[in-house]
Amino acid sequence: MVIYWYIFLAFFFPGIVGYGGGPAYIPLVQTELVEHYQWFTVEEFGQMLAVANTLPGPIVTKIAGLVGYQLGGVFVAFVALFATIAPSLTVMIFLLGVLYKFKDSPQVKRMTSIIRPTLAILLGVLAYQFFSSSWKGVGIIHTLILMAAGTLLLEKWKVNPTWVIVGSLVYGAIFLA
Amino acid sequence: MLGQIFLGFFRASIFGYGGGPSSIPLVYKEVVDKYQWLSDEEFSDVLALANCLPGPISTKMAGYIGYKLAGVIGLLIAIIATVVPTVFLMIVFIEIINSYKEYPMVEGMIQAVSPIVGVMLLSLAYSFFKNAKVDLGWRLTIGLCIVSFVVYGILHIHPALIIGILLVYGFFFKLPFNKSSKEIEN
Repeated sequence: MVIYWYIFLAFFFPGIVGYGGGPAYIPLVQTELVEHYQWFTVEEFGQMLAVANTLPGPIVTKIAGLVGYQLGGVFVAFVALFATIAPSLTVMIFLLGVLYKFKDSPQVKRMTSIIRPTLAILLGVLAYQFFSSSWKGVGIIHTLILMAAGTLLLEKWKVNPTWVIVGSLVYGAIFLA
Repeated sequence: MLGQIFLGFFRASIFGYGGGPSSIPLVYKEVVDKYQWLSDEEFSDVLALANCLPGPISTKMAGYIGYKLAGVIGLLIAIIATVVPTVFLMIVFIEIINSYKEYPMVEGMIQAVSPIVGVMLLSLAYSFFKNAKVDLGWRLTIGLCIVSFVVYGILHIHPALIIGILLVYGFFFKLPFNKSSKEIEN
């Protein structure tokens, strides 16, 4: 019974403070799943992110649904999805009048701006954890090659992320097997 | 009507690559162009309201529009159409990968993906940093970055708590050192 409550909390908090959709939510959920409850390793979380990125549809709900399912089946997947979706949707439906008042207000603008540096740090630390786990797993040479190739393809040549992930899978199958 | 709600949000979700925000134009196409449930102006109002709140954007849009169209049933159908098919795909994919985990080839594939995910997150981090500098000015941005790094990276305070405190601060107080605060206030 207590696991339901933990799963609810693990997805509830990232959902209510995660201004800015998926990118804000990813490092917050990672903290819950990997550091706080330790249900998954950094590598497992990375694998989830890679698959979620490659498949269509909202990233946030794909992760919540998958995690819930893996931890306890369909009902727990429902609990995780409910915790992710319901709080802000409920506010949106029932407090519409209040929201209209705040829609273009300086408060909302300040709230979305003030958390961005923190989100940048969270994402940066998470990125570092992926690099360092890869370094320990496959060594510095492969890690640097993949980092450099990834940066060039994604940032410089703007290749679609799906193809870059597929490319890295091919690299892994050939050189890291 | 309920069937249309399902189809509209199903298509917007299953053809939306790159997460929730990138599926918003697809939702627009279904809701405004195809079924004409909302006018262009109503749609941008709903989007602006959804952006005032935390949490995933696509389910807020789907749930709200479904609710407006057909009450609680409409809400449930729109959410199910947005979420369930892609969650199902996700579970199938991960289960397939996990069942071949022991093969060295699959193990190599899983390991090769980590640095790529790292690069993606780093580029997201950089875009948050750049946007923060525009809105907050460089002094406040760097200051908040240093404080966040110390509090999260070294003291290991829970990030939801840090962000919660910042949100409360941003709601009640004006921001210090803020070159462009005038534009924000206006």
